[in-house]
Amino acid sequence: MIETLEGGLILAGAFFMFLAALGVLRLPDLLTRMHATTKAATLGTALIMLAVALHFAEVAVVARAFGVILFIMMTAPVAAHVIGRAGYIVGARLWAGTVKDELKPHFDPLTRDLKSGAPAEEHERRPPDEPDAP
Amino acid sequence: MSPVILVSLAVMVLALCLAFVRLFRGPTLPDRVVALELFSSILVGIIGVVAIATDVPSLLDVAIVMALMAFMAAIGFARFLERGGPRDD
Repeated sequence: MIETLEGGLILAGAFFMFLAALGVLRLPDLLTRMHATTKAATLGTALIMLAVALHFAEVAVVARAFGVILFIMMTAPVAAHVIGRAGYIVGARLWAGTVKDELKPHFDPLTRDLKSGAPAEEHERRPPDEPDAP
Repeated sequence: MSPVILVSLAVMVLALCLAFVRLFRGPTLPDRVVALELFSSILVGIIGVVAIATDVPSLLDVAIVMALMAFMAAIGFARFLERGGPRDD
């Protein structure tokens, strides 16, 4: 029973990883590629680590397997966000079928300055001697 | 080795090959960084399956280190790009 469950988890994890690799190869755009890899590869790794926890069934191994799952689930979104932001700033070309680019009015590609707030407002720079606390 | 492990290892190695194609072709540097991150995720999975196949639980430490290194590499590449690395390679 446990062996069957374990085999199913391993196969599902490998399948999701294959889907992620297929997505990173076939999708047209940096952001769509990232959308494939981040979610599918995280799910695949989590499934395989669950299979590891089921297979060994010792406290130390289960704790470490869940540690890997937790770590990957915490770091994958952060890494994806950081890479996506860097890609946008560097000027990675978006897919021709992109419908909406909400960052465009806030970003100046020449100075690489990313503003926040409404697009019509003038970006006001803080005086440098003001402390960081609000 | 049971056939389940063999099949899953074969599928993951195929996934590694597909990610390598993107790493090789990727038009810009962020594409390659994404492919490298996918590499490390698949490697964590492969290490997990090998740990099951060989009954060596300490291989999980290798998986943890692998995930950590990939995260730090991604952060480092992103900072390098934002500080004005090459726009195209």
